[in-house]
Amino acid sequence: MQRIPILKMGPYLLVSIQVDMDDRTAMALQDDLMEQIVRHRARGVLIDISALDVVDSFIGRMLADTAAMARVLDADTVVVGMQPSVAITLVELGLALTGVRSALNIERGMDLLRSRIEGPGIADGHHEE
Amino acid sequence: MDITRSEVVAVRAAAEVVNVRHIVRRAAVDLAFSLVEQTKIVTAASELARNMVDYGGGGDLTVELLSDGIRKGVRLIFEDQGPGIPDIQQALRDGFTTGKGLGLGLGGAKRLSNEFQIDSAPGRGTRITIVRWKGSA
Repeated sequence: MQRIPILKMGPYLLVSIQVDMDDRTAMALQDDLMEQIVRHRARGVLIDISALDVVDSFIGRMLADTAAMARVLDADTVVVGMQPSVAITLVELGLALTGVRSALNIERGMDLLRSRIEGPGIADGHHEE
Repeated sequence: MDITRSEVVAVRAAAEVVNVRHIVRRAAVDLAFSLVEQTKIVTAASELARNMVDYGGGGDLTVELLSDGIRKGVRLIFEDQGPGIPDIQQALRDGFTTGKGLGLGLGGAKRLSNEFQIDSAPGRGTRITIVRWKGSA
């Protein structure tokens, strides 16, 4: 089974999914993220799915569950970079991913996390530990 | 209608669902499906392959390329020898599940396909056939 690397950057965790995940890999990523949120006291999680050309109901649910679990651990989650064909297919499949915050790209995703965590007006990269 | 290519893939374990996605993607690319059409048939295949492993104990997927006059399409046949589906209408309803999933697999796969057919009865396994035609997105 592959493991998806998780990078820590200040109070944020960054994940870029570059492989077509089987179900166990997806669940392992969810577990690893929860463990690292607690260990690093992370406040935000950014998940880049721009390399995924398929998001089926299992992976969609993993993303939604991850966001909900992270919320309980006081961390915000943003999913970035979903391909248009994936978005069209997900909605037709019946999965609207309500409750998952999304952004078009990593830059906007980071802006969203910063503004939510540091408050509006100080989203310029400063963060007090 | 002609079947211009046919291959059979065994799907026994959840990890093999990834392989199914790749094989179906290749078939859709070979027929020059648009990206959205590719994504829809690959996603439908992923749902049905996982169902076959989770509920049917694994089975076989037959991937066929179809040629019907100027129409071209992909037909996928999922066959298992599992317990079968007692109530097909109920199984097709969104949110219905006997397992741990979301209950979107069958209904979702149907919406993502142009043609959809289930043959199943308790104790006789399940066969699900879907077709997606090029240019129908």
